[in-house]
Amino acid sequence: MALYSEKVMDHFRNPRNVGVIEDANGIGEVGNAKCGDIMKMYLKITDEVIEDVKFETFGCGSAIASSSMATELIKGKPLSEAMKLTNQAVAEALDGLPDYKMHCSVLAEEAIKSAIDDYNSKK
Amino acid sequence: MIYADNAATTKMSELAINTMVKVINETFGNPSSLYTIGQRAKEVLEKAREDVAQVIGANPREIIFTSGGSEADNQAIITAANIGKKKGKKHIISTAFEHHAVLHTLAKLEKEGFEITLLDVHENGIVTVEDVKNALREDTALVTIMYANNEIGTIQPISEIGKLCHEKGVLFHTDAVQAVGHIPVNVIDDNVDMLSASSHKFHGPKGVGFLYVKKGIPISNLIEGGAQERGKRAGTENVPGIAAMAAALKEAVSKLDETSASVKARRNRLIEGLKQIPHSAINGDEENRLPSNVNFCFEGIEGESLLLLLDDKGISASSGSACTSGSLDPSHVLLAIGRVHDVAHGSLRLSLGEDITDEQVDELIKSVKEVVEYLRSFSPIWRDLVAGKKEFIL
Repeated sequence: MALYSEKVMDHFRNPRNVGVIEDANGIGEVGNAKCGDIMKMYLKITDEVIEDVKFETFGCGSAIASSSMATELIKGKPLSEAMKLTNQAVAEALDGLPDYKMHCSVLAEEAIKSAIDDYNSKK
Repeated sequence: MIYADNAATTKMSELAINTMVKVINETFGNPSSLYTIGQRAKEVLEKAREDVAQVIGANPREIIFTSGGSEADNQAIITAANIGKKKGKKHIISTAFEHHAVLHTLAKLEKEGFEITLLDVHENGIVTVEDVKNALREDTALVTIMYANNEIGTIQPISEIGKLCHEKGVLFHTDAVQAVGHIPVNVIDDNVDMLSASSHKFHGPKGVGFLYVKKGIPISNLIEGGAQERGKRAGTENVPGIAAMAAALKEAVSKLDETSASVKARRNRLIEGLKQIPHSAINGDEENRLPSNVNFCFEGIEGESLLLLLDDKGISASSGSACTSGSLDPSHVLLAIGRVHDVAHGSLRLSLGEDITDEQVDELIKSVKEVVEYLRSFSPIWRDLVAGKKEFIL
């Protein structure tokens, strides 16, 4: 049995929405280097809709795949819907994560919420 | 395809495979049986014991076959602890970067009332004789120090430490799992009382190893049962595995001079190449290390991602990152040499096989460079480092 599902490996090998949004109006960073995972999310929000999203991640295969999948799940969605994103939804969309890697999906959820909070605080 | 994880395990040599198959087919008897087929198996077993003993300068009666390095480590430490207990000596000296087979056995003894001193291994990954000397006490029952470290390959001053222990009348054990078959090991020259080795690290089969215990030391059993191994390790002997191990060991040692020189040259070529990657550092002493071992930290990236992408390029390697250890902490070895967590997560171990070529080394360098650059391209830590928001550690 492989360590990760095909979907995780696909998002790890070909991560979607990688990079930086220079004029982002919501930025969130979670995790820390000591634990080996940092995720940074950049949001471009227009009329309460996530027009664009990009990420940067320092971390293991499932951290990169979780970031990538989370951006796919919220891109183009209204903020109200993006706020409801759960780590389970990220993990399920990846066809599951090993138990000890579930925290990667939690980080992805937190990174997005942190970026949305940043946007709301600046309104 | 480049297999560069020979410190994890090695491919069995053709001779070892042939020996194993031959013994399975032709000498299947139980060595404890009295009839001819059994006694032929016994002969194979004892010939293997002679061969193994000869390679490390021991007497055949001083060799106990085990299921591998971990069992040998456990048995050596428990043996010394039981001897110490009888004399009221309940202090053991070891190092912070031993294999878990040693560290976890020591932790168990600590719960039973032993006091354990784990020596610092310094930035270069080498314990000094002076460190051992300062830690020795009247009630020290055992010093157990690995011959060469499994992650960073640094070779310890075993002979000098053994000499000191003998002067002080303290038992000395070495976990030589990474050393035997790779560098010259001799129990007399090295002044050791007990030594552990594992077959699959030198192109023999898995599930077999041996423990050397100097004559006169009363050995404690871990496995009770029949009278195999002179009553010190019960269970019908793994005759095919043992015979194949002995064949692999003799073969490895017979060409040691030649292979270690060529592997060392390739190792140095690899080290020089990887040093060209900015903000990287070699882990452990550059000279005093196993001929096959290369271990680096690369700042701003995480080791598991590095391994998975190298695997996509047909390269098998290992890392001391937390994600590969299944815990939250990175390798205890890297922490022991003073690497901080942030950097220890970005480690890579490449342990070369004897047949490695210059072309393969160049491919390794190229692939590692590409993957490190790629992972850094979207690492938020790397961005902060480059932007000057955080200070580079390496």
